[in-house]
Amino acid sequence: MFSKKLTKLCQLFSNSNFQIRNASGFKFLPDTAPADLGETTKMNLCQSVTNALDISLSQDKSAVVFGEDVAFGGVFRCTVGLKDKYGKDRVFNTPLAEQGIAAFGIGLAAAGATAIAEIQFADYIFPAFDQIVNEAAKFRYRSGNLFDCGKLTIRAPCGAVGHGALYHSQSVEAFFAHSPGLKVVVPRSPIQTKGLLLASIRDPNPVIFFEPKILYRQAVENVPVKDFEIPLSKAEVLMEGNDVTIVAWGTQVHVVKEVANIVKEKLNISCEVIDLRTIVPWDYETVCNSVAKTGRLIISHEANLTMGFGAEIAAFVQKECFLNLEAPIERVAGYDVPAIPHVFECFFMPDKWKCIEAVKRVVNF
Amino acid sequence: MNKSLKNLILNSDKFGQLLAIRPLSVSAKQNTTISYTIDKSYDLHRLEQGPSLEVSCNKEEALDFYRKMQYIRRLETTSGNLYKDKQIRGFCHLYSGQEAVCVGMKAALDQNDSVITAYRAHGWTYIMGVSLLGVLAELTGRRTGCAKGKGGSMHMYTKNFYGGNGIVGAQIPLGAGIALKHKYMNEPNVCVALYGDGAANQGQVFEAYNMAKLWNLPVIFVCENNGYAMGTSVNRGSASADFYTRGDFVPGMRVDGMDVLGVREATRFARDFALTNGPILLEMVTYRYSGHSMSDPGTSYRNREEVQEVRQKRDPITTFSKRITEAGLVTPEELKEIDNGVRAEMQEVERRALTDPELDVQELYNDVYYQPEPGFKVRGCDNFTYEVSK
Repeated sequence: MFSKKLTKLCQLFSNSNFQIRNASGFKFLPDTAPADLGETTKMNLCQSVTNALDISLSQDKSAVVFGEDVAFGGVFRCTVGLKDKYGKDRVFNTPLAEQGIAAFGIGLAAAGATAIAEIQFADYIFPAFDQIVNEAAKFRYRSGNLFDCGKLTIRAPCGAVGHGALYHSQSVEAFFAHSPGLKVVVPRSPIQTKGLLLASIRDPNPVIFFEPKILYRQAVENVPVKDFEIPLSKAEVLMEGNDVTIVAWGTQVHVVKEVANIVKEKLNISCEVIDLRTIVPWDYETVCNSVAKTGRLIISHEANLTMGFGAEIAAFVQKECFLNLEAPIERVAGYDVPAIPHVFECFFMPDKWKCIEAVKRVVNF
Repeated sequence: MNKSLKNLILNSDKFGQLLAIRPLSVSAKQNTTISYTIDKSYDLHRLEQGPSLEVSCNKEEALDFYRKMQYIRRLETTSGNLYKDKQIRGFCHLYSGQEAVCVGMKAALDQNDSVITAYRAHGWTYIMGVSLLGVLAELTGRRTGCAKGKGGSMHMYTKNFYGGNGIVGAQIPLGAGIALKHKYMNEPNVCVALYGDGAANQGQVFEAYNMAKLWNLPVIFVCENNGYAMGTSVNRGSASADFYTRGDFVPGMRVDGMDVLGVREATRFARDFALTNGPILLEMVTYRYSGHSMSDPGTSYRNREEVQEVRQKRDPITTFSKRITEAGLVTPEELKEIDNGVRAEMQEVERRALTDPELDVQELYNDVYYQPEPGFKVRGCDNFTYEVSK
């Protein structure tokens, strides 16, 4: 019945000039940077990536940036101006060969250079999957720490964008979370992106850095100008609360923040919102401390439900917090259909309404 | 094996050869055929002899080729405009400039030959039998689209046309697999596996070359070299831009992809070659007028003069129409009539692509698995919108 209503609603919108399927389902609310980081300037998420790469290239003479069309600024314009500033030896285009890009980066990093590779879309990373999983993740382990490719960082735009369809929308973090030796990071905002990307580039382990591409232009913040890092494997409590813990990352953080505000206002339910930030190794301490307090946990991500990273969090927390839990842990995620069907994105997404329903369920259990 | 089919193919091939050796003369039969020597001879790799440099066609064929190329050009113009109107969303890669490749190749293929291509698929989808509405309605996400509007651009399929593939280079080894099917079933058919000059640098292309040659598969690899791998020109992205030689042990040929008759002649030759000797690689030298996709204005890595020059000197439609009208094969009025017909039909197609019904939301849950158990539900996140999957 609800589904029928939703169908009607969507048809109503899609028949008029206003097309709901193209509307982004979140509101981005900027954070304020800590005062001790000094002067700030307005940047969108794309510019904050450029800024972090700029700092890396200027401070680390061995740093190189490469990928498909990056010398021209890349399809999302994240590397604009870097070739002119640092030369074509350090910022260069590669052929369209993702396996080659990843493997080349591993070799470069193993030889001691700071290798920053761009895979044009996270959906294109799978030709490089073997190199990342079998070569990059295991290099240190299988060589008994004689060799590693810790200086490798692979950036890739990920996530729903309103109309990306099956090859340009996926959130693929869980595939890589399954591979010990890799770190996986997903930022939620320009400030976070700059700090986390700089930390990722300098982290002595290979890091896969997924940038939610819908935020490239939509997310604008006053970002500290100076060099700073945000530590990996540290989640951030964005809103404190007592009744329900909601964990999310990337774009979904903004969805659940809105959910927390709505249920506070309409239902007087107090949610604690946590941005996981680093997917692996993840900050279970922050999450478990929160669940010990609230007794309820909802995890929400765009990736498909089955084997999404929410599954790992749920399994871990039910063991650690078994006696604290007041309700079964809920996951609000993408449906288990290939992600993301072109015309059905608005149905597929774990939108705020689905999250609100989940909040009601865990509270009323 | 179907004997009559084989005869048909043999006869049509003979017919093709007869046409090919027709003397270069337009005086006697001025109004029925055109013959000429192609402007640029084929570059050959590991081939002692290439196709005939003399090409010809009759009036009926000329009008047919012209009409099809115009349909594709108009379809792409409409797609581009609808994209700018936000009626088409997602990714949209236009084929404008490359029309002679699919029209010329298809003219030399048998109806049971297979084709697989990458994401610049609109022209190929149409030429393989999908209606103009099937293509455009897929782009606008309507039920009358060739994939029910479920996929959008890139996701286009029909009988013997395996898509429509979005990952760069991924379709090429599939083409080798499809070719093995033809060989295994003793079918007198080939598979045409197309890719761009950018995809030519993917590792799996070379895996496919090796398998195809190792097992002598009837596959025609076709590199549609339009000059740019997204924003990177061929010389910046490829250590060797002689794509027709990149198969090493796979014989190859460079073809002017802007000449529809030259393309057809080369394809006839390649088809015969592949059926007898195994894989062959055609590099079709062509050009794309639009950017890589709609989000690429196509001007940051090349200048407008370059595009204008190709439009003026090499455009596959204008060069062909000039040739056939100057030879007296068709009159400008006949072409004008086609243009008007194409325009009128596209207007109707556009209207339907904007107003045909959208797909039922139930389809979101279907086609995930083959005939799931009754009651199988796609795992989702919302108890209210669970639906039974079909």
